Amino acid sequence: MNTRLDSLWFALAVIVIWQVLFWIAGEEAIASPFDTLRQAVLLIGSAGFWGHAAATFEAFGWAVLIAVVLGIVMGLTLGLWPLAAEVAEPIINALYAIPKITLYPVILLFFGLGVPAKVAFGVIHGVFPVMLLTMNGVRTIHPVIRKTARALRLTAVETIRTVLLPASLPEIFSGVRIGIALTLLGTLIGELFASNRGLGFLLLRAADRQDVPGTMALILLLFTVAALAGAGLLAIDRQLHHTR
Amino acid sequence: MGARAAPLADAATGARGTALDITDVTHVFGGAHGVQALDNVNLALQRGEFFSVIGPSGCGKSTLLDVAAGLIVPTSGRVRFEAEEVRGVVPPGIGIVFQEDASFPWLSVWDNVAFGLRREGHDPAEIRRRVEYALTFMGLAEFRRHHPAQLSGGMRQRVCIARTLVLQPRLILLDEPFGALDQQTRLLMGEELLRLWRETGATVMLITHSLDEAAMLADRVGIMSARPGRFIATLTTGWARERDSGIVADRRFGELTATLWRHLRTESMRSLRGDKA
Amino acid sequence: MTRVGIIRLILVSAFVAVVELACRTGIIDPFTMIAPSAMAASLAGLIEDGKLGADLAFTLTNMAASIALAVVAGFVSGAVIHALPRLRRVVDPLLAAYYAVPTFVFYPLLVVILGLNRLPLIVIGAMFGTVGMAVNTIDGIDRIPRVLIKTASAYRMDPIRAVLLIKLPAATPHLFTGVKLAVTYSMIGVVAGEFILSMAGLGRSIAFAYNDLDNTTMYGLLLLLLSITTAVNVLLNYAEQRVYRRWGCA
Repeated sequence: MNTRLDSLWFALAVIVIWQVLFWIAGEEAIASPFDTLRQAVLLIGSAGFWGHAAATFEAFGWAVLIAVVLGIVMGLTLGLWPLAAEVAEPIINALYAIPKITLYPVILLFFGLGVPAKVAFGVIHGVFPVMLLTMNGVRTIHPVIRKTARALRLTAVETIRTVLLPASLPEIFSGVRIGIALTLLGTLIGELFASNRGLGFLLLRAADRQDVPGTMALILLLFTVAALAGAGLLAIDRQLHHTR
Repeated sequence: MGARAAPLADAATGARGTALDITDVTHVFGGAHGVQALDNVNLALQRGEFFSVIGPSGCGKSTLLDVAAGLIVPTSGRVRFEAEEVRGVVPPGIGIVFQEDASFPWLSVWDNVAFGLRREGHDPAEIRRRVEYALTFMGLAEFRRHHPAQLSGGMRQRVCIARTLVLQPRLILLDEPFGALDQQTRLLMGEELLRLWRETGATVMLITHSLDEAAMLADRVGIMSARPGRFIATLTTGWARERDSGIVADRRFGELTATLWRHLRTESMRSLRGDKA
Repeated sequence: MTRVGIIRLILVSAFVAVVELACRTGIIDPFTMIAPSAMAASLAGLIEDGKLGADLAFTLTNMAASIALAVVAGFVSGAVIHALPRLRRVVDPLLAAYYAVPTFVFYPLLVVILGLNRLPLIVIGAMFGTVGMAVNTIDGIDRIPRVLIKTASAYRMDPIRAVLLIKLPAATPHLFTGVKLAVTYSMIGVVAGEFILSMAGLGRSIAFAYNDLDNTTMYGLLLLLLSITTAVNVLLNYAEQRVYRRWGCA
């Protein structure tokens, strides 16, 4: 029951299916696993690639920071203020459901071309899961925990810092995990449109040129980074849940 | 005792006088057309006594405890702890143990027990001394690194009790602390509670729905009516301070529980039917 | 209307009023955004012109198909993953990462397999929504109280009956949440796909309007899109609340 071994089997199965798809669909639609890997290695070796990667991750970094901080603060506020939460929740849900890509023109009009727009786009994608899950995490803290904080005569700030945040940390972290993935997506999509730097831009250029191996290599790299980060975050997540 | 008091006892214990004074307390939840939980309740607890409150479900016992602790401000009436008014803030010197498991799942047993002390700003040596003593006293010493999730319900309640103890409360309020435990564990925990009471010299108010528990543990038992709650009778058990669960063999024990039930039976049926008192 | 509903109404109205004021006084210039009243007027005009019909029909039918596909695919994959614990352990880390993948890059592949029609678009829309459904299916099955499964055995039920009469109903609240997510994400996926791939439908029209610097039309269409997604979302939330309350999980 070795998970690592199973993961290898799984990866193998994916590669096999991939290869079969390649044989069916041909090289105009998809690149073979080997070609993709080769292209990915070429990319990593090329000088230009890292400049673009840095551009993407700079914007991504800012977006994540803002989305997480904003999301947690708002989530905490709503979690602790029942009336505000009740009023706001349907509104937040409705906003979450809007195809944010259609807001992109609006964001561009407000922020102009460039990094702030990319960051804004990343933020509007990622802030919602963080906020919603934080709010829920705080709301579902067992009442006896909050009563205990009062019984121990903690001040409001102490209560938030030493009791409420630790108590809702698992849920907050789940929100952050999903938020990070969505923020990356938002940043990439942002780069598709109005940037001449970044991995999203590279993706668009490759797609425009019908550079199938190039497109797939980029996707492979992106997915690998996202999956590794995701696995890391999941491990932390498990640790948080484990001792409870 | 030596120059240093026992680690869990406060210097003020041993003095005479009233620990807790509840005067004409009425409480209504939810405004004018709300639910009346308490109806003109009067209670005076002597320092160092063990007082138990029993009553049918929903009669307002928990509300009474919340009012006594300062967690709720009563709609009318007054609460005084050691002659100081209690209003909306839990006074230092009062410790509370709730029915539900209130241990913090993200902290180890040691950190749970030390939590309140750290916040109060005692020096680390004193914290260590008190926490170690409480852990040993409650039989938790070998579990100090464990997390609550790894412990049974009874042990988690002991963690909550230890956490309250280290703050050296002069009044300990317990709201059906053993409610979620099985009968055998309850009896053992009851004995531990008695041991604790003797060791600290604190005043104890125990809310319970178990007649046996009230009759066995307390010096005095107050019987509450169905909602809205008020005291309809108070019995004195007359037990010696040094007692344990063996007193159930005493003939008086049977008489006591019979008397308690006689008072309680009508009220319980009222509560079951949903009548008002 | 409840007190909370009134507060909400006041808040939203106040927000719209502020934006309207900002637009009219020029704090927000008309090249960036037009006033809400102008958006509504634009939409009214578009409806009158009758030009919307084809786009709307295209988008809505795509959404419906995407949703159906996402719900079915999500449910099946969720059930399968749950039934195979080894697979689950492997797949778990990948599920959250999935959200980061720009799925519309698989468009060329899908065109080759499915043809140059709207099917690739529908599949892309569904891809976004499938994960939400799958994760909630897994969660829902996880949370079926063990005692209910024992009850099924006590009734000596065969597996199919047990699933239909006990397991599915017990998991319904979470399944409903999954459906809600599938709907939301599929709608987003379809419009995003239309926007990027410029096929047809509302997404494309919004993209074209933006490229033509036709703010009026663009914002009118955005208002329409906002109304549709909000209406669907409100209905779903309301229904979800009732399901949760009925099942006692609120």
